[in-house]
Amino acid sequence: MTQAQQTQQIRGGAPSRRALLGWGGAGLALGAAAAGGAVAVARTGDDTTPAAAGTGSAVEFHGTHQAGIATPVQDRLHFAAFDVKTDDRAEFVQLLKDWTEAARRMTAGKPVGEGAYGGLPEAPPDDTGEALGLKPSRLTLTIGFGPSLFDRFGLQDKRPEALAELPAFPGDNLHKARSGGDLCIQACADDPQVAVHAIRNLARIGFGKVAVRWSQLGFGKTSSTTPDAQTPRNLFGFKDGTRNIAGTEADRLKEHVWVGDGDGPDWMSAGSYLVARRIRMNIETWDRTSLQEQEDVFGRDKREGAPVGKAGEHDAPFLKAMKPTAHVRLAHPDANDGITILRRGYSFTDGTDGLGRLDAGLFFLAYQRDVRKGFIPLQRKLAAHDALNEYIQHVGSAVFAVPPGVRDSGDWWGRTLFSKEA
Amino acid sequence: MRAVRLTVTAAATTAALTALSACTAKSEAKDGDTIQVTAADTTCETSATSVPAGHVTLAIENKGSKATEVEILFPDDRIVSEKENIGPGTKYTLTAEVKAGSYEIACRPGMKGHGIRQKLTVTGSGTPAKRDPRLDKAVAEYRQYVQDQADATLPLVKTFVKAVKAGDVDAAKKAYAPSRLGWERTEPVAESFGDIDPEVDIRKPDLEPGQKWTGWHRLEQALWEKKKIGADEKALAGQLLTDLKEWQERVGKAEITPTSMANGAKELLDEVATGKVTGEEEAYSHTDLVDFKGNVEGAQKAYELLKPVAAKNDPALAKELDKQFTALNTLLDKYRSDKDSYAFVSYDKVTGAQRKELSDAVNALAEPLSRLAATVAK
Repeated sequence: MTQAQQTQQIRGGAPSRRALLGWGGAGLALGAAAAGGAVAVARTGDDTTPAAAGTGSAVEFHGTHQAGIATPVQDRLHFAAFDVKTDDRAEFVQLLKDWTEAARRMTAGKPVGEGAYGGLPEAPPDDTGEALGLKPSRLTLTIGFGPSLFDRFGLQDKRPEALAELPAFPGDNLHKARSGGDLCIQACADDPQVAVHAIRNLARIGFGKVAVRWSQLGFGKTSSTTPDAQTPRNLFGFKDGTRNIAGTEADRLKEHVWVGDGDGPDWMSAGSYLVARRIRMNIETWDRTSLQEQEDVFGRDKREGAPVGKAGEHDAPFLKAMKPTAHVRLAHPDANDGITILRRGYSFTDGTDGLGRLDAGLFFLAYQRDVRKGFIPLQRKLAAHDALNEYIQHVGSAVFAVPPGVRDSGDWWGRTLFSKEA
Repeated sequence: MRAVRLTVTAAATTAALTALSACTAKSEAKDGDTIQVTAADTTCETSATSVPAGHVTLAIENKGSKATEVEILFPDDRIVSEKENIGPGTKYTLTAEVKAGSYEIACRPGMKGHGIRQKLTVTGSGTPAKRDPRLDKAVAEYRQYVQDQADATLPLVKTFVKAVKAGDVDAAKKAYAPSRLGWERTEPVAESFGDIDPEVDIRKPDLEPGQKWTGWHRLEQALWEKKKIGADEKALAGQLLTDLKEWQERVGKAEITPTSMANGAKELLDEVATGKVTGEEEAYSHTDLVDFKGNVEGAQKAYELLKPVAAKNDPALAKELDKQFTALNTLLDKYRSDKDSYAFVSYDKVTGAQRKELSDAVNALAEPLSRLAATVAK
């Protein structure tokens, strides 16, 4: 779209998302708007500047790390895993470039391509249009590459060892149709329509090259990456992940989340590894469980989220005061030689399951520097001992290598992996 | 068909057609405006090749030995006006209202075939719409394809109807899917006749309260679910044949434009994506893959005819469409043992994973196909 077309679009009819941002968004976004500027910048990763939150503003797409990991967690999620359908490397690379351009536009609150209207009446518009008039809503789009992708395009020697296939954990009941994928896109936004719009348009651009394998909608973030925000509750009504890594904790991010130089293949430097698990909760049986047992299972009180024997949520937990099978006792870094993951999960409810039970749970998303040192040992322990297992079941599972950020307007998702000169 | 009708006559149609409705002022009204048309078995002579725009009169005389049909045609073969069944030795006066542009007069001895053609140039006020002759050719050939499909379908429908009327369940089952193929190949055009479509192709869930269920799918249910043929079914089979004869007679007059052809191709894929991939279309016979193949063939025909223009305007799109048509056809071939046969695997034997694969291939084709209309309209 040319500048003139954009101007016209703003003047004619309903204001565009871009226009709304220019008028209303910038001033609200912690004063971070640039001169003449449209986009308020939320920093990613290493930068310690507080990020914009809750204003409908735009999160900067470019950066050392991909947005959507350490950036503040938004309220809504649409996560999609794709199978690659093409064997043509050049075609796949072109898709990554086309996707990057679309992601760059959508995260800035602009429509895809030449927009949703004004084109040829005989042809479908480039953009599907349901996000017109909505704010950027802090949309972040984050891409990841699954282990199976490395079997294609002669990439076997580039597969990082840290991208380990997960072992079968006791109690797992994984559905193939909700697991795996050659790649994934995580779309997070404060408005569900903005997140769904993003995945829908990327899927559309991808038809023929990739096909959606499965996707998951999420709401009610269950973790926070902003320490001053209240820790959200999961569908069991409990606060969990109080000690999650904040986007401002550069040292902990570096130690536990970002892939360092020399960790593995160079192309993954400044990237991360994502584990996605669809965890079904047995809501009805949980709700029939006594308060005492509920609190024992988590090792926290329900009111404050305070660890056993403490008054406040953020009080240091005394793990030995908890039951040996308490979730917090088993999962806490202090009980796991410091193992720490960055959690970014969401609650989900996909209606009911045909037996009248709420088809609901936690869509668990965890970022770490090495899956072998992050999720796998933690889950091994939890799967064996966690009292919570009586009330939950892991039904979907996938792992992805999340490449570093897109540096600038000439860069694209996955360049470090796919570019010959990289 | 689905409850929500996919129409071939989109808004685009009107723009691309040389409209007849506007009453052009007749500036040179003379007796000489009447054109003498002398039709015979091998000739079609016209007294003039040029005429002013407005009301045009053809004074037709059939000097041949067969009944004939005389038509004034647009460059894309769509009929401006026609008179059928002019008996040997008889005369008829045909009038039409035409804008400036290029036309043809056709005599069809025996009322069959391409006919014997003469050029007719209409001059005067009103600029004729600029049309790409390659697109006119594409529309004309597609129009012929649609007619050929209807012509070839009727005997297959007769076979089906005969079996139903004879109470032969096995023979009727065998003849069912083949009788639908021509219809499925040209469905967007067929559906443009809104009165015939629900009579012949409605599915049970799409019936409105009080609406009588007729047509192919009603008979499909009788054959596969009830496994018996009663008097009701025999009567409905006769009605199906009558309705489809009407389709055969009218289908050549459908409004077709390059963009409606392109969008019709995409709509055929939509039919696949919403009705066949799910197995809803042939809920009793499970012959969905036969319809599927027919839809794809019809879409491919429209595309191939538009390809000379599409490939010039957007070579990358044409390349992608070639690739995706091949991919989808290759995938479909896995479900039949013989590539020339329309005996496909029963759709209830197609697994969820296989349906997903088919659906992915349909999306891979339909998405670029949705850009064909804009490409030919460039």
